[in-house]
Amino acid sequence: MDAPETGSEQVAGAVPVTVDRRAERAAAQRAKDRRGTLVATISTIVVLGALTALTVTSAGWPSVKEKFFDWDVFVDTFPDIARAFWLDIRVFVTVEIAVLILGLIVALVRVTTSPALFPGRLIAFAYTTLFRGIPTILLVYLVGFGIPGLQLTGLPTEPVILGGIALTLSYGAYVAEVYRAGLRSVHPGQREAALAAGLTEQQTMRHVVLPQAIRAVGPPLLNDFIALQKDVALIAIIGVTGEAFRQAQIATLDNFNYTPLLGAALLYLAVTIPCAYLLERWERSRDD
Amino acid sequence: MSTPVIDIRGVTKAFGEREVLKGIDLAVDEHEAVALIGASGSGKSTLLRCIDLLTEIDDGDILLDGEVTTDPSVDPVGVRRNLGFVFQSFNLFPHLNVVENVTLGVTRAHGIGKDEARESAIAILGRFGLEGREEERPRNLSGGQQQRVAIARAFATRPRAMLLDEVTSALDPELVGEVLAAVRDLKEEGVTMLIATHEMGFAREVADRVGFLHEGRLLEVGPSEQLLEGPREEATRKFLRRLLDARRV
Ligand SMILES: Nc1ncnc2c1ncn2[C@@H]1O[C@H](COP(=O)(O)OP(=O)(O)OP(=O)(O)O)[C@@H](O)[C@H]1O
Ligand SMILES: [Mg+2]
Repeated sequence: MDAPETGSEQVAGAVPVTVDRRAERAAAQRAKDRRGTLVATISTIVVLGALTALTVTSAGWPSVKEKFFDWDVFVDTFPDIARAFWLDIRVFVTVEIAVLILGLIVALVRVTTSPALFPGRLIAFAYTTLFRGIPTILLVYLVGFGIPGLQLTGLPTEPVILGGIALTLSYGAYVAEVYRAGLRSVHPGQREAALAAGLTEQQTMRHVVLPQAIRAVGPPLLNDFIALQKDVALIAIIGVTGEAFRQAQIATLDNFNYTPLLGAALLYLAVTIPCAYLLERWERSRDD
Repeated sequence: MSTPVIDIRGVTKAFGEREVLKGIDLAVDEHEAVALIGASGSGKSTLLRCIDLLTEIDDGDILLDGEVTTDPSVDPVGVRRNLGFVFQSFNLFPHLNVVENVTLGVTRAHGIGKDEARESAIAILGRFGLEGREEERPRNLSGGQQQRVAIARAFATRPRAMLLDEVTSALDPELVGEVLAAVRDLKEEGVTMLIATHEMGFAREVADRVGFLHEGRLLEVGPSEQLLEGPREEATRKFLRRLLDARRV
């Protein structure tokens, strides 16, 4: 595994010329890299230029420009939308934590084999099957209007809390399945080695199986985070006020102009793009 | 006569229709090393796994220091804490570094303090030629080094007996020697061992006795020299001859 280093040293020692060769090769590689960057830049400019030309010369462009890219409207409405986005972030963080906990519990219940937990396994199975099968938007409606409709005392009626519950239930089902796949991906030999070392079943899960499972599913989990960040906008449909998408909708109606939606889109991107970038970097660093 | 450390009495085990162990009797005394030899599929691993309660037996009893371990009422965790198991495929914990691999069982299962466990783990690792590698991840070690870590991990809890399952079979030939040296080291310390192996030379050198598993039975057990040089049973002779022929090719 670590053989190549010593190998090249031996070659270098035996044939002194290799030092020059190495420099030559490095120079050639640099030249190749420079050419590559140049080609990439030119082709990007050509493609983007063509797309822009196609858009701005289209028949409908002037009216689209006016309706979607109105700078004055943007400046006017963006601060309110950005303030509203703070609620999105708080909902996202709260729901994400709840999802991680709910998903883990459901996954752990599903992988146990103890007969006493059979009802738990059944419920967990039913939950993941049902809630993964229902579109998130439908769940938001069902929970958002259904639970207040029951008129039971003690149940929350705040739209933002109901929306959070709906998102948690929906994403919890996905994340439970991600965790479960991770738990199953850990080699059975790991569990046996932990048991052989004298650990109890719970210790084995906690110190050996779970850490490896979570490491294995880190990237897919983060992927679900990014999806959740966007789906927080769904709680607007059950009347959560002060949420970014809802705020943008209101501003759209006030101004007869769609530019506020673009402002909201930029805010979502400002969060999801860095997350996607971090995910990519993390995945790459794991392959070393 | 003193009580054997491991006492296997009439143990049977079947996987579905397939009877893998058809009544095994074997006792391993304190400080004794017994080697198990036999063709692939003869049940060596199964027998070792049954002793460590990783596989459930069908019938018979296994005793550890005179106490039955294979009763359903016995807590397997307590039994395993008195045994050390080394797997053919190492099974080191990839998310832990070398020294953490060794201390996990010592701290979690035996309640020894972190610092004390670490100190003694480093000493054991050093003894097996792994000084300076304590903080590395298992995947950065060679197979021979990984298996030595696994032996250190199993030995760190000072078990009553060590169960070694073909600890060199997954290794490149040039790495076999260093792992066998670690086992030899344990033998010199008087560690009680049951060793499944294909290395006849090693079995003769380290084991006090050798047992030949054949079609689910322990066909013959005897002092290493005697069993390997002049086995009584025809099947044992055949097995050893085939092994020798394979070596020559
Ligand atoms: N969990 C299991 N389920 C079904 N069959 C099994 C299981 N474990 C082992 N066996 C079977 O039991 C028989 C004995 O296997 P075992 O691994 O004990 O042999 P072995 O002597 O260790 O062989 P080797 O030298 O190849 O390691 C084999 O036929 C194997 O296929
Ligand atoms: Mg085996």
